[in-house]
Amino acid sequence: MLKDITLGQFFPMDSVVHRMDARYKIVITLIFLVMLFWGQHPTALIAGFLFVAVATVCSKIPPKMLIKSIRPIVPILIITGLLNLFFFGGGTVYWEWKFLKLTQQGIQASVFMVVRICLLIAGTSLLTYTTSPIVLTDAIESLLSPLKKLKLPVHELAMMMTIALRFIPTLIEETDKIMSAQKARGADLESGGLMQRAKALVPVLIPLIVSAFRRAEELALAMECRCYHGGEGRTRLRVLKSGLRDYIALAFTLLLLAAVIVINAVVY
Amino acid sequence: MPVLEAIDLTYTYSIGTPFEKTAVDHIDLQIEQGEFVGIIGHTGSGKSTLMQMMNGLLQPTSGTVKLDGKDIWEKKADRRAVRFQVGLVFQYPEYQLFEETVYKDIAFGPKNMGLDEKEIDRRVRETAEAVGLSEELLQKSPYELSGGQKRRAAIAGVMAMEPKVLILDEPTAGLDPKGRTKILTQLREYHRRTGCTVMLVSHSMEDVAKYVSRLLVLSHAKVVCYDTPSNVFARGDALAEMGLALPQITRIFHGLRARGIVVPDEVYTVKYGAEQLLSLLKGGEGTC
Repeated sequence: MLKDITLGQFFPMDSVVHRMDARYKIVITLIFLVMLFWGQHPTALIAGFLFVAVATVCSKIPPKMLIKSIRPIVPILIITGLLNLFFFGGGTVYWEWKFLKLTQQGIQASVFMVVRICLLIAGTSLLTYTTSPIVLTDAIESLLSPLKKLKLPVHELAMMMTIALRFIPTLIEETDKIMSAQKARGADLESGGLMQRAKALVPVLIPLIVSAFRRAEELALAMECRCYHGGEGRTRLRVLKSGLRDYIALAFTLLLLAAVIVINAVVY
Repeated sequence: MPVLEAIDLTYTYSIGTPFEKTAVDHIDLQIEQGEFVGIIGHTGSGKSTLMQMMNGLLQPTSGTVKLDGKDIWEKKADRRAVRFQVGLVFQYPEYQLFEETVYKDIAFGPKNMGLDEKEIDRRVRETAEAVGLSEELLQKSPYELSGGQKRRAAIAGVMAMEPKVLILDEPTAGLDPKGRTKILTQLREYHRRTGCTVMLVSHSMEDVAKYVSRLLVLSHAKVVCYDTPSNVFARGDALAEMGLALPQITRIFHGLRARGIVVPDEVYTVKYGAEQLLSLLKGGEGTC
């Protein structure tokens, strides 16, 4: 169950996308998101699909992994789909019962929304599949560095994020271990009603929280021992560098965005 | 009939991803009732995975685990009952303590078994004594105990279920020599008193040699040998190739033999070694 969480899980491969400058990857993903939500016309979805398809092929990520990333949000998809389906009025009415209405626009909105969310998750998952969390936060720090002028603690924020990301897998592993240990003592984590299950989690949560605090303390101590004192004058082991492939990818994405904007403007 | 049996057991992690790894590779194994088994192998040799399959926490990729001759993954089998019979103490078990008092934490397992108050009380007090935790410690919070005490409290938590087979995954990891000896002698005592089967996972030959009646050596997800310690240590060269060092004292005796001194081959406790050397010296001339 815990292993199904894929968000933020790096999938190491040797591909063009993996070698891209993470800063560009972030910017491109943001453009992709803008494009998805700007477009009111089905072509926006086609453009979005095209983007995801090209990125997937170039990154050599098995499409199965993308489907896996969508799986956890299926309940959200179903709810969004149903809400849009029955409550979004307008157009020809096909079927009506009390307050529920099935309309042409409703169906359209529902399909649109579900596909849009799927693409959104697939696109952002591609970013995290192809970029290790550490590089990702480096890139975010670099992108936000102009804000340092406004006295924003960019480095500290990035460091906090790096640490948080770094410890997600560790804590997942730890949770797994504690769950196994308590199961070995006969803890029943899988059956019973909501209250019973919540109660059954106590033997897992308490050791987990205690261990998170212990780790935090140890980490702080270890960082101090190595004279960590913030971002001032720190250099990097891996310096982010952009190249031709980044420019091409950015140009391709901007082109798609432009196409979506133009079609939007022409149709509406 | 063996109490625990593994037949053609295989476990593969993360099938279908780049992280795919076979941790246990077609292992056959029979553990007889009442044995004290030591399980030795390098980090990543599959010890922990194998142990977790033995009590039904991990479902084997293929193969079967039998407890008292019954497949524990049979459709009707009650895996929770299996876990009460095959008690598993994880690595660093002190990190699983959660109750307000040590007493309540040790009682967690027995309580899950649905025992009555009186029986739970008996078991908690008995096991606490077995691991050397005093009455007053039982009423303290587990977080107030020292590292070694926490470890022993956690082990008591599994012992209190009075399992048929007790498996301990590196119960002495990270303890000082004194704490190590304490836990190991208490385990031997427990084994003698209850007569139940104990399986002790370790990567230290030194620890295991003194206590166990049988040794299982794992390397690269496979069983290298399963035999009495003396027979296993007789194959010192093969073990050294796998990067598993023999106990210091055994190596000394092998060295002595290599230099032509007639000493027994299978010496793996300091006490026995000293006796041998003394009798050799008293014997006078001999080969010295």
